[in-house]
Amino acid sequence: MENKKLAVSVDDLTVAYNYKPVLWDIDLAIPEGVLMAIVGPNGAGKSTLIKSILGIINPIAGSISIYGKPYDEQRKLVAYVPQKGSVDWDFPTTALDVVKMGTYGSLGWIKRPRQKEKKAALEALEKVGMLAFKDRQISQLSGGQQQRIFLARALVQNASIYFMDEPFQGVDATTEIAIINILKELRKSGKTVIVVHHDLQTVPEYFDWVTFLNVKKIATGPVKDIFNDDNLTKTYGINYKVSVQQ
Amino acid sequence: MELQEYFRLVFTDYTLRTITLGTAILGAICGMLGSFAVLRKQSLLGDAISHAALPGIAIAFLITGTKETNVLLLGALISGLIGAFWIRGITRNTHLKSDTALGLILSLFFGFGMLLLTFIQKQPNANQSGLDKFLFGQAATLLARDVWFMAIVTGVCLIILILFWKEFKLLLFDADYTKTLGFNTKFIDILITSFIVLAIVLGLQTVGVVLMSAMLLAPAAAARQWTNSLSVMVILAAIFGALAGVVGTGISASQDNLSTGPVIVLVAAVFVVVSFIFSPSRGLLFRQIRFIQNRKDLQLHKTLAFMYDIAKTHEDKSHPHAIKILNNFHGFTRKSLQKLESKNYIELDGQMWSMTQNGYHFAANLYNQQLSTNND
Amino acid sequence: MTSAQIEIQLIASVVAVACAIPGTFLVLRKMALISDAISHSILPGLVIGFFITHDLSSPLLIILAALSGLVTVILVEFIQKTGLVKEDTAIGLVFPALFSIGIILIAKNANDVHLDVDAVLLGELAFAPFDRLLVDGIDFGPKSLWIIGSILTITVVLLMAFFKELKVSTFDAGLATALGFSPAVLHYGLMSVASVTTVGAFDAVGAILVVALMIAPAATAYLLTNDLKKMLFLSIGFGVLSAISGYWLAHWLDASISGSMTTVLGVLFLLVYLFAPNRGLLSVLYRNKQQRLEVSLLTFLLHLNNHSEVEERHINHLNEHINWQKVRSKSVVDLALKNNMITIDDSIISLTEKGTSFTNKAIDYIITNDDTGIESMKEDFFLFRG
Repeated sequence: MENKKLAVSVDDLTVAYNYKPVLWDIDLAIPEGVLMAIVGPNGAGKSTLIKSILGIINPIAGSISIYGKPYDEQRKLVAYVPQKGSVDWDFPTTALDVVKMGTYGSLGWIKRPRQKEKKAALEALEKVGMLAFKDRQISQLSGGQQQRIFLARALVQNASIYFMDEPFQGVDATTEIAIINILKELRKSGKTVIVVHHDLQTVPEYFDWVTFLNVKKIATGPVKDIFNDDNLTKTYGINYKVSVQQ
Repeated sequence: MELQEYFRLVFTDYTLRTITLGTAILGAICGMLGSFAVLRKQSLLGDAISHAALPGIAIAFLITGTKETNVLLLGALISGLIGAFWIRGITRNTHLKSDTALGLILSLFFGFGMLLLTFIQKQPNANQSGLDKFLFGQAATLLARDVWFMAIVTGVCLIILILFWKEFKLLLFDADYTKTLGFNTKFIDILITSFIVLAIVLGLQTVGVVLMSAMLLAPAAAARQWTNSLSVMVILAAIFGALAGVVGTGISASQDNLSTGPVIVLVAAVFVVVSFIFSPSRGLLFRQIRFIQNRKDLQLHKTLAFMYDIAKTHEDKSHPHAIKILNNFHGFTRKSLQKLESKNYIELDGQMWSMTQNGYHFAANLYNQQLSTNND
Repeated sequence: MTSAQIEIQLIASVVAVACAIPGTFLVLRKMALISDAISHSILPGLVIGFFITHDLSSPLLIILAALSGLVTVILVEFIQKTGLVKEDTAIGLVFPALFSIGIILIAKNANDVHLDVDAVLLGELAFAPFDRLLVDGIDFGPKSLWIIGSILTITVVLLMAFFKELKVSTFDAGLATALGFSPAVLHYGLMSVASVTTVGAFDAVGAILVVALMIAPAATAYLLTNDLKKMLFLSIGFGVLSAISGYWLAHWLDASISGSMTTVLGVLFLLVYLFAPNRGLLSVLYRNKQQRLEVSLLTFLLHLNNHSEVEERHINHLNEHINWQKVRSKSVVDLALKNNMITIDDSIISLTEKGTSFTNKAIDYIITNDDTGIESMKEDFFLFRG
């Protein structure tokens, strides 16, 4: 791993809400090409961590770089899948329209999406198995389908690093498998994928890299080395046991 | 004046044409921008801003002594903005919630405005009649240059809307995501909000401070029911707004001492009620019909499933059975049998029924579907 | 003071108290805007009631108008439940429509209804003493005082009888249900009281200013206390204060009494908003500044605690790596030094023993989400605050 490039590096990051620290002096180096889970109890600051890396939340201290440069210069290398619950699904728009939004960043101000962008959006829809639903109003999709639309929107961005906030929350089993297969494919093609994750049981099966977080960083590294009862206990409190099959 | 006469005069009479054009433009811009306010969950902010505009009108009059509409509206704009920012300050800096902040600013500013209005009324060398119109609106006081001004603002607003359509839509749907794509969300936000405030202030003369917010909300809420596309919604809302403006002005102009504000609002409310009930995809009427339809289908499917269980036990699936054996089955009627026959699921022959091939497959599928949904 | 003047102030005070009580609960339950909706939409009920009774102070009219207030609440809730529009839009659609109906009814029947638009918006407090309650020719005082007085009495009786239930259901709806208080009964009970009070106060202060009398005293009191009983008494106090000083302000300016009552409430709110001891703007801004520095200090100490490498503890690192501006890092270092948390030796910063134990304790508190723990710990360790 030593010779690999760093996709994301976080230095001394501190974030506070109302002057109460939620992330405290986080140092994190994420190598290129990993599929990483961020795990930790509720309120550990998992979403806050990726939101501050993405510049949605302003930290009170620390710096972040993407491939060695500040985030602002590297924006086009990054794609984001927010929590499904963060938007109003009754918004008057179709699945295809939402996926097209992924192209807006590279278009910049004022320019409209054209045939090229539409084609890219359709391809992404096909990749997540939602092509048949392209003209569906988004409120008429199931939770799993909505999550796939969000994933397709990020795929359209054609980024190098993907950040996802709880992509498996409230989705059906089929969608969960479909999503994790796409993520694994992304990793195979050399992309870096960072996922806020809840279900500890599936960590060894889905991911190859993991970060334990509870306000402070507890540990980060390959799943096979550090995903053990010791780190889980440190993260979740006293005597946390999970049967880890390796 | 009769309503028909009004509409005849619209095409011949200069004043009436001006007024009608004015309310149409106003309705259109309010509908357009109201769509954004509704989708951003800022419906009641408009109410607070329009009420907060009242003291600005009175103070502008007290300072300048003029009843020049543009000067008064400038005062309205300033005090409306102060109200809007104070609401933000209250929710940000204290633990008071947004509903309390809205209600506070709305009523306190309005009360202060009424104090000033009654104070002005008692002044010797001024009559307040010119300011009164801002309470419930008087379309009749619209002058040609007021209409020109509205038209210019609407034009600018339309250009901005078309130019930044993509950005507006993105911000409305998903603000955080917009930020990660590198757009300056603060800029887009200020752009939308200032146009909403501008539309409110423009409407004060015609609709008045008390009811202005409804002018913003109602066309948009009605339009939302007919479409699932943002662009169609904005266009429809503009049309509904313009229609409400014209019809409302027509009715109020053809009656004595009726302010335009309440009439326009009521016309818009009728649009809302009609849309809520009769919209094909979301409306309550069709929703109820679909609900009853589904329940009927469910009843039929239950009967069919019962028949399937009987038919299953026989080698020949189309073996006839006596109708009598269905009698102890809950929910079975003659009518439902006929319905099943008309769908070609069963065949009736006197007192006997038999399942068709078609019906057997359908019932088998139904059974499997149920299994898979239970597993989900 | 003439007896009419005393009576006006008395009526205004009673109206203010009657509004402040339900208003407190509306503010606490985040339903302040419902009072806005009710106050507008009782108008058609009032006008129709007047057609039937021809008497603005008839109890039947009050009940009819209050019913139309309740209908509004139910209508808003119905529209919200259909999911056709967002919740706030539902409120924003219902009350302007009903209010418009009321205004048009008044305008169309101007000759029969002794209500004009000014009265709807401002009330007729100044004329209240002239409408007397006469029984067998004996003068029992102004009618409106009797009306609003009876409403206040009922409100106070209900408040005392159901204080515990209201309190529990306002602060913890789940617990209230578990204890067997039906939230629906309390909700509609409160809405009924609010509707009746609004109708009673409408005559005196008008549609929109009822909202001010309900929300403003409660909101002002809420900036000063969290205790329900204190909040009730404070809002009653603010209400009465605004009633009496509002009257004299109106007297002096020769302007509307209800307008100046609202203005006094506005000034009171502004003063408390700016200067309230803990929650006022000034003390919030001061505390934010202090907190910002102290959080920076915590961050800085934790950084030292986390890193034993010399280069991470060099004083210049603060500026480069942690990404702070020069001024801020200087004030943070100063504060740490003043509190004996760190020592600087040849530009290399180290934690003192006190600094280490402080940092470890702080981590514990933050991970367990114990906010008060942090504050009391700061009291223990800090000689100087930020």
